[in-house]
Amino acid sequence: MRCWPMTEYASTAHASLEIRGVSKSFVVDDSDVHALSNVSFSVEPGEFVSIVGPSGCGKSTLLRLVAGLDSPDAGEVVFDRERVDGPSLRRGIVFQDHRLFPWLTVEANVALGLLKTGGSDAQKRKTARRFLALVGLDGFEKAYPHQLSGGMAQRASIARSLSAQPQILLLDEPLGALDSLTRSQMQAELLRIWQHERVTMLMVTHDVAEAVFLSDRIVVMDRNPGRIRGVVDVPLPKPRNRHDPGVLALTETLVGRLETAVP
Amino acid sequence: MIRGTARPRSDWRGVVVPVICAAIWVAASASGRWNPHLLVPPRQLAGAFVESAKNADFWLAVSSSLLRLAVGWTIGSLAGVLLGIAIGASRLAERFAAPSLNSVRQVALFAWIPLLTAWFGDGDTAKTILIALAAFFPAALNTEIGCREAPASLIEVGRVFEFGYWARIRRIILPSARPSIVAGLQIALTSAWIGTIGAEYLIDQGAGLGVFLASARMDNRMDVVLVCIVALGLIGFVLSTLLRLSFVRGAFVRDAVLADD
Repeated sequence: MRCWPMTEYASTAHASLEIRGVSKSFVVDDSDVHALSNVSFSVEPGEFVSIVGPSGCGKSTLLRLVAGLDSPDAGEVVFDRERVDGPSLRRGIVFQDHRLFPWLTVEANVALGLLKTGGSDAQKRKTARRFLALVGLDGFEKAYPHQLSGGMAQRASIARSLSAQPQILLLDEPLGALDSLTRSQMQAELLRIWQHERVTMLMVTHDVAEAVFLSDRIVVMDRNPGRIRGVVDVPLPKPRNRHDPGVLALTETLVGRLETAVP
Repeated sequence: MIRGTARPRSDWRGVVVPVICAAIWVAASASGRWNPHLLVPPRQLAGAFVESAKNADFWLAVSSSLLRLAVGWTIGSLAGVLLGIAIGASRLAERFAAPSLNSVRQVALFAWIPLLTAWFGDGDTAKTILIALAAFFPAALNTEIGCREAPASLIEVGRVFEFGYWARIRRIILPSARPSIVAGLQIALTSAWIGTIGAEYLIDQGAGLGVFLASARMDNRMDVVLVCIVALGLIGFVLSTLLRLSFVRGAFVRDAVLADD
């Protein structure tokens, strides 16, 4: 199909993520909303972990805490043995909306992840193109975001996050805004990128089948207050077949659990 | 998957109103019911155009006004854009400067004339400051709004990529504010042109279209007054069209992340 470029770095390993007793409240209409209450779990280097749960369970809040965009009221997030207290290039995040800069070409958008790294513009362009090829956007370097379909824009956004060569990639419902066909294609792409780049991924999703298709482990959350209900191992080999009885059975079990959780 | 953009076409319907007005004017003058000193007949106006075009003083007036406008607009809009960025991009600067700016903005432009002429005399300094003031407020206000409305989602992307203060301004705030800044500069140009003619007319010293207009009025030459009015409108229209075209072509701001973008 395509000739994949060699990965130039192999240092993604050994950085694990630990979330220790994290709580977070927001004040909404003069009353406290407990978005997260005493949440703890960890993600090992190279793992693909998904967080599923009903809306309002604080799963996106949790991801923002890991990204360093917000800080917890109690507890701490530790990444690679360091306490997280702000955003870092080592922790990339892909949002549900692609958030590409509309005034920049796709290539220049991807190069935003390289602003802080040294090297000539020619090298940066080469790196940007390598990541665009990785997400299957070769030929669209000079296109502007408004010229892309939703799925293509989200691919460009993933390429932008990967170009900074993060050790963990946080995905906040990255495929939530896509139609179902594009969505399943993108799930396969994500799996391929994860396998190729060997980058740790932590994904928030409300789609249980998506989580089962991609993850090594699934964190199931509950709401009011947002907390962990359980962590499920997915010991099935990848790539998985969506119609495999094991995949279907696990999906059904998880959906059942989530339905009983919601009053 | 690549989407195109439609271009607006020019529309003949725009000339209907001017043509009707001209027809009424021609008919009214031909009827002879109005004083030709107040309602100048078309033929006399045409004569006044030819007369003015041959008059070196008229062209000196035009060039003096244009030069004054260029200097005043450049100073005023530059200062306005810089202050607008400072206020729009920083909460602290906004707290300090925005209330003063909004109060001073309420003062009618020509109310500054007595103060400025008292301080700087009847020469070009007072006029240029007034023109710069006329350009300053729209430029500052539009820039400030544009900068403040830079999308929070994109600023967050900047945080994730560890942008510093200047990178945030240069890579996110200025490009998002660009349409608003361009609009501000256009309004500033129109406002500065009004300021130019007003300053010249009211201070009534030296060369300039405003001074030329005032003396035509004193000489009771309504035809020359009309020539001045047409010239003012035409010059204003041409200048703002030129400005718009230069921005549409993207001649002013480029955000190159990579060389040769």
